[in-house]
Amino acid sequence: MEAPKSRFVQKLHSMFYELYLVYQFVMKFFKEVLLPPYEGKEIMRQCYQVGYRSLALISLTGFITGIVFTKQSRPSLAEFGATSWLPSLVGIALLRTLAPLLTALISAGKVGSSIGAELGSMKVTEQIDAMEVSATNPFKFLVVSRVLATTITIPILTFYTALVGLLGSFVNVAMFEDTSFNGFISSSLESITFLDIIASTIKAILFGFTIGMVGCYQGFNSSKGTEGVGKAANSSVVIGMFLVFIEEVLATQITFLFRT
Amino acid sequence: MHKNNRIEHPEERDKVIIIRDLNKSFGDYHVLKGVNLDLYERENLVVLGKSGTGKSVLIKIISGLLKQDSGTVEVLGKEVSQLNERELQELRIHIGFSFQNSALYDSMTVRENLEFPLVRNRKNLTKKEKDYAVETVLDAVSLGQTINQMPSELSGGQRKRIGIARTLILQPKIMLYDEPTAGLDPITCLEINGLINEVQERYHTSSIIITHDLTCAKQTGDRITMLLDGHFNKVGTFEEVFNTDDERVKSFYEYNFIE
Repeated sequence: MEAPKSRFVQKLHSMFYELYLVYQFVMKFFKEVLLPPYEGKEIMRQCYQVGYRSLALISLTGFITGIVFTKQSRPSLAEFGATSWLPSLVGIALLRTLAPLLTALISAGKVGSSIGAELGSMKVTEQIDAMEVSATNPFKFLVVSRVLATTITIPILTFYTALVGLLGSFVNVAMFEDTSFNGFISSSLESITFLDIIASTIKAILFGFTIGMVGCYQGFNSSKGTEGVGKAANSSVVIGMFLVFIEEVLATQITFLFRT
Repeated sequence: MHKNNRIEHPEERDKVIIIRDLNKSFGDYHVLKGVNLDLYERENLVVLGKSGTGKSVLIKIISGLLKQDSGTVEVLGKEVSQLNERELQELRIHIGFSFQNSALYDSMTVRENLEFPLVRNRKNLTKKEKDYAVETVLDAVSLGQTINQMPSELSGGQRKRIGIARTLILQPKIMLYDEPTAGLDPITCLEINGLINEVQERYHTSSIIITHDLTCAKQTGDRITMLLDGHFNKVGTFEEVFNTDDERVKSFYEYNFIE
């Protein structure tokens, strides 16, 4: 009975130690982000990379989600003769949850894995050490720039997803009803409150920060050669998505409290 | 073939690195056991040893990439373990580190690789001055034609040379070479050995060369030493080090020059 107990204690110990390392990593980010020199050029380059990498997939997913969500919702609303509520329903659903969540999940897959693999590969081929010995702070250059890029870009992509989703929804609505695009958009935005916009923006910022941070942490701490690189990329996606879902639940609860 | 222009009595010069009672362990494995070593101004000191004996660990401690468990490492008059991050970065400008696998930045061209340390440490340079610095170090390693190539398009020897050029761009006082000839064909090895000597002459650097290649040791070392079981044996010329009855040293020699 002694062995399993000590194994459990060991696992618990390593789990808390890992949490401590994560805490240190996050604190280092906040310290480095405030101190000069600022890597403005690299942040801009990373913002472009993050946006560019995800744009095609986000456009397609947002558009299809808009079409499908509208098509699936129509019969239920039609039963109550409330199809005129479709634009509002789609607008609220997209802005409050679908757009932030879809954007975050796609970004975790595309951007998070790419950051994890890139930094992991740099770590195992000693490129990060090379940066350090050439008197450059690799944490600032690699981690701060990437985390800032995801934190800035993912909220922008979220509103873009919402817009593309509305476009998809309009396409579906226009197939059944005679409606103008301007009329559809104004109906969609009618029920959206300032709180919705603020809550979605904060949520998207949080998602962006989490995805960037998880990718960087996994990549920066990868080891064991090429196997470690694969593991870093994989963990970046899995842990990133998991945390996004947890944050979504918490954010929804908190927003609900404000709403009531 | 021995090194031309070997420096006689480097001990008469100033010390640029002083290592005393250096200890380093990884878990239960005690790699460095009270190591003592001096590097003198403008000399090439070769550190020989089998794989896993702690040679690379030694130069990583010198450059501040690893921390020692105990002992002191003084570089250019500064105790490395006592420096804060900013002071360490300032010291690193004077230390060039050539990595075993070159460690070129994959996503950057050769020019960008070379400019990287420059733009971060010499803020006020004009484009013309940067271009001149890049072209000068590329000429020094005879690879001017590769300036716009990606690292993936270069051969192993070319990557090594560009790696050395990248460290030279900040004109370091000390060069640390980690296995400079590992994984290269014999002809390219001779070229790299020649380049190490050229760097010493042209940039007046003091160097520690980590290797297990005795040809490299012979051709580049002013002094040679061997890391055995966590300690350095005798430090001296090639003949002085290998003129010994120590079986561990003899077997290392015989393996390298097997007929």
